[in-house]
Amino acid sequence: MASPRQRAARWRYVQYAILVAALLAIAFIADWAQIQRAFWNWELVKEQFPRVLTIALKNTIVYTACGFAFGLALGLLLALMRLSSVGPYRWIATGIIELFRGLPALVVFIALSVGFNLAFPAYEIPFGNLGIVTLALGLVGGAYMAETIRAGIQAVPKGQLEAARSLGMSHGRAMISVVVPQAFRIILPPLTNELILLTKDSSLVYILGLSLSGYELTKFGREGMNSASNLTPIIVIALCYLLITVPLSIVVRRMESRSERAR
Amino acid sequence: MTTTQSDTSRGAAAIDVQDLHKYFGDNEVLKGIDFHVSNGQVVCVIGPSGSGKSTLLRCVNMLETPTSGKIFVEGDEITDPDADIDKLRARIGMVFQQFNLFPHMTVLRNLTISQEKVKGRKKAEAVEVARKNLEKVGLADREDAYPAHLSGGQQQRVAIARALSMDPDMMLFDEPTSALDPELVGDVLAVMKDLASEGMTMMVVTHEMGFAREVGNKLVFMDGGVIVEEGDPAAVLADPQHERTQAFLSKVL
Repeated sequence: MASPRQRAARWRYVQYAILVAALLAIAFIADWAQIQRAFWNWELVKEQFPRVLTIALKNTIVYTACGFAFGLALGLLLALMRLSSVGPYRWIATGIIELFRGLPALVVFIALSVGFNLAFPAYEIPFGNLGIVTLALGLVGGAYMAETIRAGIQAVPKGQLEAARSLGMSHGRAMISVVVPQAFRIILPPLTNELILLTKDSSLVYILGLSLSGYELTKFGREGMNSASNLTPIIVIALCYLLITVPLSIVVRRMESRSERAR
Repeated sequence: MTTTQSDTSRGAAAIDVQDLHKYFGDNEVLKGIDFHVSNGQVVCVIGPSGSGKSTLLRCVNMLETPTSGKIFVEGDEITDPDADIDKLRARIGMVFQQFNLFPHMTVLRNLTISQEKVKGRKKAEAVEVARKNLEKVGLADREDAYPAHLSGGQQQRVAIARALSMDPDMMLFDEPTSALDPELVGDVLAVMKDLASEGMTMMVVTHEMGFAREVGNKLVFMDGGVIVEEGDPAAVLADPQHERTQAFLSKVL
């Protein structure tokens, strides 16, 4: 009779064998020349550079960073309003959160670009398109982050606020110096998620009908794909997205393990 | 204790609680408490869990809002809705059962932040005060550590040093040794004993009968939201008058 441990090891070998068989099957069935023609045409790859980096990647990062920064500030404000003892603050915050969490980001973009112009023809959103992108991404992201931040604040032990208050800190000072910094450590992983989601939502900027200098990755890739009738440009921009998100995840994991040590 | 001093001979009231009632929902946890701590006095409060002793202590710096009754701290009414609660709290040091150090700050920062943000001290002065108090609790060499890297006893001593750094007029201790491993209790009690000998006014909710007998000037026994018995610690512990006190002491001593 095999021991349970031997049986577990044998079962694991079976799993490896299935995996290898599947990979081999794919490798033999696939028409590699055809795949490369469709997805990775070297001439087209070279054509994407450097503009995919200097314009598209740069714009995606700028749009996302601005939207996230505004969204984070808005989210913190909404979270504190949700936790306020003042009724109207809570109601306003709940309304804003429910509205912008419930609307598709695309609708918010249209409302802010076309809708704002129609409603207030005499006014303009400052900083042009970047202002619209920042507002739209920030409103949508902020509504999501508000609930995350609120949960984080509530996860900080009550004794922390009590200790700060007993030292004479006002409620606001105690929140800023003691509670919120601890809340952000708790919610670092879901905030990273939100940042990655915003990175991808920034592709909705296409609705503003920007010229080449305003293209972000997705728009850039789609234009490239249409003019070349080939998927290579899309593959290139897909890799660029990973170029943003994977290092981001690594940085956050570092930050987490560092704050873990101070716990 | 060589002499048994009465309350009045020890000067002005540091803490004066008058007819204090506190409800949690329908549950009345404090049923009309009158309670006094004079300047320089060490008053220990004992009693079974649920007796309201921690609630009483937490009412003194308004971490719990009394339902009715008045509390005066050094003559200032802290229960007055118009009182500057932050200013009054800065004069009352508080030590918690669970230490409640700020985990995202070093030991030194734990001691300096409220000096700077509340008292408006310059950084250099705050650091100087902090170092003096860390030395007092025997942790001068741990100022760069984070709380998580300290033992429970060390954390509680840092918490005491943090409260002392605000130069409080009095100190409140809410079961300061109850969360500690037995071998770490002594260090914390020694620091508290030093404080008492320096003349610090102290209100201590505790289960440490030895500390109450040795250091306390007055012992208060609470049960069911009322003060059942109070008096000289040695006398109350040796010869309790009330049967509820007798029953409690027979279980813990």
